[in-house]
Amino acid sequence: MSILVLAEHDNKTLNGATLNVVAAAQKIGGDITVLVAGSGAQAVADAAAKVAGVSKVLLADNAAYANQLAENVAALVADLGKGYSHILAAATTNGKNILPRVAALLDVSMITDIIAVEGPKTFKRPIYAGNAIATVESSEAIVVATVRGTAFDPVASEGGSASVEAVAEVKDAGISKFINEEIVKSERPELAAARIVVSGGRGVGSGENYHKVLDPLADKLGAAQGASRAAVDAGFVPNDMQVGQTGKIVAPDLYIAVGISGAIQHLAGMKDSKVIVAINKDEEAPINAVADYWLVGDLNTVVPELVSKL
Amino acid sequence: MKALVAVKRVVDANVKVRVKPDNSGVDLTNVKMSINPFDEIAVEEAVRLKEKGTVSEIVVVSIGPKESQEQIRSAMALGADRGILVEADDNQLGALEVAKILKGVVEQEQPQLILLGKQAIDDDSNQVGQMLGALLNAGQGTFASEVKVEGDKVQVTREIDGGLQTVELNLPAIITTDLRLNEPRYAALPNIMKARKKPLDTKTPADFGVTSTTNLKTVKVEPPAERKAGVQVKSVDELVDKLKNEAKVI
Repeated sequence: MSILVLAEHDNKTLNGATLNVVAAAQKIGGDITVLVAGSGAQAVADAAAKVAGVSKVLLADNAAYANQLAENVAALVADLGKGYSHILAAATTNGKNILPRVAALLDVSMITDIIAVEGPKTFKRPIYAGNAIATVESSEAIVVATVRGTAFDPVASEGGSASVEAVAEVKDAGISKFINEEIVKSERPELAAARIVVSGGRGVGSGENYHKVLDPLADKLGAAQGASRAAVDAGFVPNDMQVGQTGKIVAPDLYIAVGISGAIQHLAGMKDSKVIVAINKDEEAPINAVADYWLVGDLNTVVPELVSKL
Repeated sequence: MKALVAVKRVVDANVKVRVKPDNSGVDLTNVKMSINPFDEIAVEEAVRLKEKGTVSEIVVVSIGPKESQEQIRSAMALGADRGILVEADDNQLGALEVAKILKGVVEQEQPQLILLGKQAIDDDSNQVGQMLGALLNAGQGTFASEVKVEGDKVQVTREIDGGLQTVELNLPAIITTDLRLNEPRYAALPNIMKARKKPLDTKTPADFGVTSTTNLKTVKVEPPAERKAGVQVKSVDELVDKLKNEAKVI
């Protein structure tokens, strides 16, 4: 078995999600090659070479790959991927954007969001917003799949000593162009990888109140901040903070849901958290059914009290 | 220009599905079915582009059982002009086969804009739009939260993990919709009546040269692990105590 892993990065640093994908690749077994497609991404390739369990790093360094345009990167991955039994990427927006295109170029079916490896060609994945878990077996010559990061413990980022090989070939489809990017800056840990997540929902009332009430709690706990779709749609916080079926999937040690009712679409994004705390004024809120501890009360008084007692 | 919108008949988003006791799938008998919510957003976007004068005709296509006609009629009630039903057992088709059928439809209809939802809420695959992009060698604007057509190009603002990204694509292009692209309208009764008279063609996958079935086999479907029932705490002190001494997470 030989596995090609598409690295997730911003041309400067290797995103931690890649370590979870390598962990899934190790469960499948076989030689693991990491492909870094980017521009000025030597540092990323060097970091990937140090990742435990990686035997080779391919660096495709060209302006055509600078912004991870799917049209260009997928053409490269499909071409390089022909010699591998598996092609994997993180189930991030980037992985989900590129890999189905790769699969279609290779004329193979693809598996999204695997949460367990049952065999080299058999995997588990959630369907119906996580309300059912399907075991899927592929009979394709090449298995193309995205990996849900929170389902696999990351491998160590140090300890490996893979060689880095340059890929000369350039694929520029010429049908798409990067215009710009607005990245939300934050001092807090990254949502998908944080150990503690504090999330707010419609119940927080406003963007101003979201920050007034939840920032001190997140600061105190060193937590990442999340939100329900209702809070995002109401404009309280930007959309990249959304946790749920259509947002980010998180599985921290501690998830604190504040003013969130707990629609099934939200639960799909956080119900694998180790400990769930719900703070809500509604005793009947569906979130309480998945919470380990729930407190019925006004979040505007309960949360500041919680901050003061931590 | 012509727009093609793909819609899927799926279990309604508010239904809590149950896994069948024999683990063969989820039980969909007598369950409410609807247009996949992301596809409804795709229809709405096409209708808005038509209202702006950018789009002249909207063709809506669905691949699935005969009953998918209902979802095509709903899309027509929202403003689509014509429908194509590709009648097929969608349990036999994977995203790749669906993309291949859609490729056939695109070649027949020659639309400039192809709109799809970013994922169906039943299989949660998030693949068809991207696969169609590959098969057509067309650009893809996935997870779109804003779409601007300018001449023979389209600018798509995409929701990415760190924030937003804008790309420019040559037409014809594929756009898959995210939730924040728009707020779909409700169909008015007169429009529902009118939709009944709009043309709807029925085809088969073979009409588009697709006869294969998916190479992914669903071995079994299980309910997710149940969470242990939690407890209600009465005070902040009790909560802090539990988190520190029982759950040991802080």
